[in-house]
Amino acid sequence: MADSHSHHIPADGGAAQRKVIWKTFWILLILTGLEFLIAFTMHHGVLRISIFVGMTIVKAFYIVGEFMHLKHETKSLIWTILVPCVLVLWLLVALMVEGGSIFQEVQVFKFFN
Amino acid sequence: MASTVTSTSGEPKLWLGGVEPMKASYGKLMMWFFLISDTFTFSALLVSYGLIRFSFPAYSGEVADFAFSNLYWPIPEKVFAAVPFLHGVYLPLVFVGIMTFILIFSSVTMVLAVEAGHRMDRKNVEKYLLWTLLGGITFLGCQAWEWAHFIHGTDEGSVVKELINGQWIERTVFGASLKENQYGPVPFADLFFFITGFHGTHVFSGVILNYLIFYRTSTGFYDRRGSYEMVEKVGLYWHFVDLVWVFVFTFFYLV
Repeated sequence: MADSHSHHIPADGGAAQRKVIWKTFWILLILTGLEFLIAFTMHHGVLRISIFVGMTIVKAFYIVGEFMHLKHETKSLIWTILVPCVLVLWLLVALMVEGGSIFQEVQVFKFFN
Repeated sequence: MASTVTSTSGEPKLWLGGVEPMKASYGKLMMWFFLISDTFTFSALLVSYGLIRFSFPAYSGEVADFAFSNLYWPIPEKVFAAVPFLHGVYLPLVFVGIMTFILIFSSVTMVLAVEAGHRMDRKNVEKYLLWTLLGGITFLGCQAWEWAHFIHGTDEGSVVKELINGQWIERTVFGASLKENQYGPVPFADLFFFITGFHGTHVFSGVILNYLIFYRTSTGFYDRRGSYEMVEKVGLYWHFVDLVWVFVFTFFYLV
């Protein structure tokens, strides 16, 4: 079992793969730098939050795709990992709505006391 | 999926595997499944943060005029604005930025160790694992400092207003614990301790795992086994820890 993956050393001694790794590093670093820039130049609001969430998803794509190598696995493995994450989206939407309702309930409670 | 295991005649069927499903070894596949379950745990924590944050009033004034109060949710950049050795200097998010950089960089050295492992290059696996260990330990040190600062609080503390027996009572609170919080509502401190603490525990486990595979690499164990796949599996875990931090950084410190 142990030997199934090793010993297919690329012809260039892995130089191409190392290049991809460093490129990914620079992308992650630049995105994080941009996040800082936005954090101190943009006003708080829905647009700012959307930009942050979008950039986080791009960063996650590079970490999972390149560093964790998921991009280069078989399609069935990729989908096995990605599809369950839909449940997280459901939880997110459900609890955000719930949080808003709790806030309103508290306001009503305060009003009558 | 793997339809190669078929029994001939009426003999009992043996589960011997055959072709590996999804072209991934047993250990790697199980690591992926573990990470998916861990994703749910962290998601639950972060989504709960969202729920609790939305159930409190947001700060509505100008960012420049912000002052700590337990009556509305704080702006994170105002809370996390301290850097070691620079007492009293207002440097919002600088220290957490340094921590983010350390963790991303340790992820890079980890993937370089995995790549060296593919080539059976023991010297480079050792070198990059040591860098990864250094990154992990530095991150934990930074987090310990951040926790200490958060618990200790600012020099002036802040005034907390509480409704006790129908009367508003004011008192000054320094720092934060699970029961008191100078920066905002008490759940803000609770979530800080739970989320960064749970992540820190993962980093700690990762450092231990990295140390174990470093030890086995340097004693030539993986050379004798003929495969550095264990480095790859621990690498998956380490990148996941980095991935979680990317989300914690966005949802706890930036938004």
